[in-house]
Amino acid sequence: MKGHDFFSIRRWWSVVRKEFLQLRRDRITFAMIVVIPIMQLALFGFAINSDPKHLLTGVLIEDHSEFTRTFVAGMKASSYFDIVTELPNEETARAALARGALQFVLTVPPDFSRRLLRGERPALLLEADATDPAATGNAIAAALQLPQSVAAKDLTGPLARLAGGRPPFEVRLHSLYNPEGITQYFIVPGIMGVILSMTLVLMTGLAITRERARGTMENLLAMPVSPLEVMSGKMVPYIFIGLIQVSIILLAAALMFHVPFEGSLLTFYCAALFFIAGNLAVGISLSSLAQNQLQAMQLTMFYFLPNILLSGFMFPFQGMPRWARWIGEALPLTHFNRLVRGIMLKGNGWPDLWTDVWPIGLFIVLIMFVALRFYRRTLD
Amino acid sequence: MNAATTPAIDVRGLNKSFGDKHVVSDLSLQVQPGEIFGFLGPNGSGKTTSIRMLCGLLTPDSGSGTCLGYDILRESAAIKRNVGYMTQRFSFWEDLSIRENLDFVARVYQMPQREAAVRRALEGLGLADRAEQLAGELSGGWKQRLALAACMLHEPRLLLLDEPTAGVDPTARRDFWEELHRLCALGMSVLVSTHYMDEAERCHKLAFIANGRLLVQGSASEVVRSQCLATWSIQGERLAELADRLQGQPGVDQTVVFGSSLHVTGHDAAALEQAVTGAARAAGLHAAPVDTGIEDVFIYLMNKSGTAEERLAS
Ligand SMILES: Nc1ncnc2c1ncn2[C@@H]1O[C@H](COP(=O)(O)OP(=O)(O)OP(=O)(O)O)[C@@H](O)[C@H]1O
Ligand SMILES: [Mg+2]
Repeated sequence: MKGHDFFSIRRWWSVVRKEFLQLRRDRITFAMIVVIPIMQLALFGFAINSDPKHLLTGVLIEDHSEFTRTFVAGMKASSYFDIVTELPNEETARAALARGALQFVLTVPPDFSRRLLRGERPALLLEADATDPAATGNAIAAALQLPQSVAAKDLTGPLARLAGGRPPFEVRLHSLYNPEGITQYFIVPGIMGVILSMTLVLMTGLAITRERARGTMENLLAMPVSPLEVMSGKMVPYIFIGLIQVSIILLAAALMFHVPFEGSLLTFYCAALFFIAGNLAVGISLSSLAQNQLQAMQLTMFYFLPNILLSGFMFPFQGMPRWARWIGEALPLTHFNRLVRGIMLKGNGWPDLWTDVWPIGLFIVLIMFVALRFYRRTLD
Repeated sequence: MNAATTPAIDVRGLNKSFGDKHVVSDLSLQVQPGEIFGFLGPNGSGKTTSIRMLCGLLTPDSGSGTCLGYDILRESAAIKRNVGYMTQRFSFWEDLSIRENLDFVARVYQMPQREAAVRRALEGLGLADRAEQLAGELSGGWKQRLALAACMLHEPRLLLLDEPTAGVDPTARRDFWEELHRLCALGMSVLVSTHYMDEAERCHKLAFIANGRLLVQGSASEVVRSQCLATWSIQGERLAELADRLQGQPGVDQTVVFGSSLHVTGHDAAALEQAVTGAARAAGLHAAPVDTGIEDVFIYLMNKSGTAEERLAS
C-alpha cells in the first residue's frame, strides 16, 4: 500500500467536515454534551457540597461525670450531632455503626474523670462511620474543637489550674471504613475524568456502528478513504466536545464548589487533551470491534466499569490489592485523576506531571493500533 | 497499460459463500471499455454480491481478476479511486444536505474543480434550488437520482450500478440512459444490474445470473438466439383462461400475458405451432409467430432456474 493510500490530509479533512456537519444536526448528542456534565456534577456535588447536620450519634458512657455531660451537651449544641441513644456496651456500638444506624459513637472510658483530675490528659473516643467522608467531615472537625470550649466553661474554681494552655483532655478520632478520608476537593476533579470517559467513549463508540446501522458504511467503504482517515476524522469533532465539557466542569467546580485551582490553566488543558484523545481512541476501537450499536454500548459499559472502580475515583488507590492497582495503572482515567488533582490542588507543573502523561500517550498509540487492526475494510 | 484496450472488468472463477450458502459460483465476466453491460437475474441470485466483489467491498473466497487493469484483491484502493459504485439501497447521508453530500464526494475523490463539479451535478439533477435540503427529506425516486449523480460526480472510468433506476420515473430513466450512452461514447464502461427489460435492451451486452451461476451472456440478440426458442402471439380477450389451457400441453414451455396479447414460448417449434394454432382456433382467436423477445427469454430462464421457493430454500 502506498503512503498516499494510507493517509491524505485532504481526504481526512473531508471526513472531519462531514462529521462536524452531522454533529451540528444531532440535537440529542449536543444536549448530552452539556447536560451530562452539569447533571453529574449536581448529583455528586449534592453529597459533596452539603454540610449535613443532625447526624445520628450514640453514646457509650462508662464514667458519668460533669465533664461528660457538658461535652455531650456541647456536641448537641454544635447541631452536627443528634444524640439518639445510650449504648450498653462496645459490641452494640460497633453493630449499630456497621448497620449504618449510627454515624458516630462517643465512648467515655471508665476512669475518665479520675485521670482528668490527675492531669493525665485522658481521651474521649469518637468513632465515625467515614464511608462518606464528605458527609462526616465537618461534624468531625466540630467535635475535635469541643474540648477547648468545654474546658473553658467547666473547669472553674479549684479546677482552674487544669484550664489554661492545652485542653486537659482530648478527643481521639477513630474513622471506620474509609481511613483515607477523601475530601470534596478530591472528588470534584475525579468527576471530570469520569464524565469525559463516559460521554466521549460512548459517543465515538457509536460513530462507526452508526454508519453500519444506517447503511452508509457501504458507500464509505466504496470510496477511497482509508481506515486511518475515517477513524481519526471521526475523532476530531469530539476533541472539541471534550474541551467544551472540560470547561463546563472547571467553571462549575469553581463557581458551585469553590474547588481551588493552583496550577496553570494551559497545562491543565494540555493534560485534558491527552486524556480526551485516549478516550476517543478507545471509543473508536470499540466501534470498529462491535458488530452493531448494541454491542458498542455493551463494550462501552465493559470498559467503563473498571475505570470507575479501579482508577482511584471510587476507592482509594493505595487501598486496593496489587493486581487491581496494576489494572488501574493501565487505565488513562487513573493517570488523569492524578494529573487533575496534581494541577488543581497542588499546582504541579510538567516535571511532576510527566510520569502520568506518558502512560496516556502510550495507551493512545496501542489502542489506535487495535482500532486499525479491527477496522473492517470490507462488508464480509 | 492502455486504457482503450484493457478490459474494464476481467474476472474469472469468482466464488463467494455466506456460511454454507454458496451465493456466487465461478463467476467469469469480461466488460470491454465503452460497453454497457447489463446484469440480470431474479431476486437473491447474487447480483449485488458479485458487484461488491468487483469493487473490493467483499473478498471473494476464490477466483481472481482485474477492474480497469487493477487487481481486485490487491489494488482495491486504486479501483475505488476510479470506479463509481451506486449501492442498491440509498447509502448517502440523510442528515447532510444534497449539496453537502455531493461536496463530500467531490472532496473525498480530491476533484480539482470541486465547486464547479458540484454545481454542474446540481444543475444536471435540476436540484439547484433545493440544494440545501436534507437528503433524508427527498422522495425515494429523488434519492435514487441524487445517488446516481453522486456516484458519477468524480467522472469514474467504470460505473457499477446496482439497480440504479428502481423507483425512478420514466422520463428520468430515459434521461439517465441517454446520459449513460453519451458517457460510454467517451470511453466510460458500465456494469448495471436491473429488473427492467426495456433497460436490458439498451445494454450492449447482457448476462443472466441465477442461483449465483452465470447462465448466458452476450448481446441481446445472441442471448435470444442461444436459447433456440420459438414464440407465438395470440391477440384477443380472456387470454388468462387460454393460457391456463395451454399450460402443460406438448411443446408449450411458458405462457406470458402482456396486456392484450399472450406470448407462448417453447423449444420445439413444430409441437408449439400445433398446440397454439389448435387452441387459438378453438377459442376463435388469431395466432401468429413473433420474434422471441428478451423478456420471453428471461422469464424462460428464470423458470428454468427454479421457482422462487426453491431458490429461497437452496
Ligand atoms: N451479508 C450476507 N450474509 C448472508 N447472506 C447474504 C449476505 N448478503 C447476501 N446474502 C445472500 O446471498 C444471496 C444473494 O444476494 P444478493 O444481494 O447478491 O442478490 P441480488 O441478486 O442482488 O438480489 P436482488 O435482486 O434482490 O437485489 C441471497 O440469498 C442473500 O440472502
Ligand atoms: Mg441486489
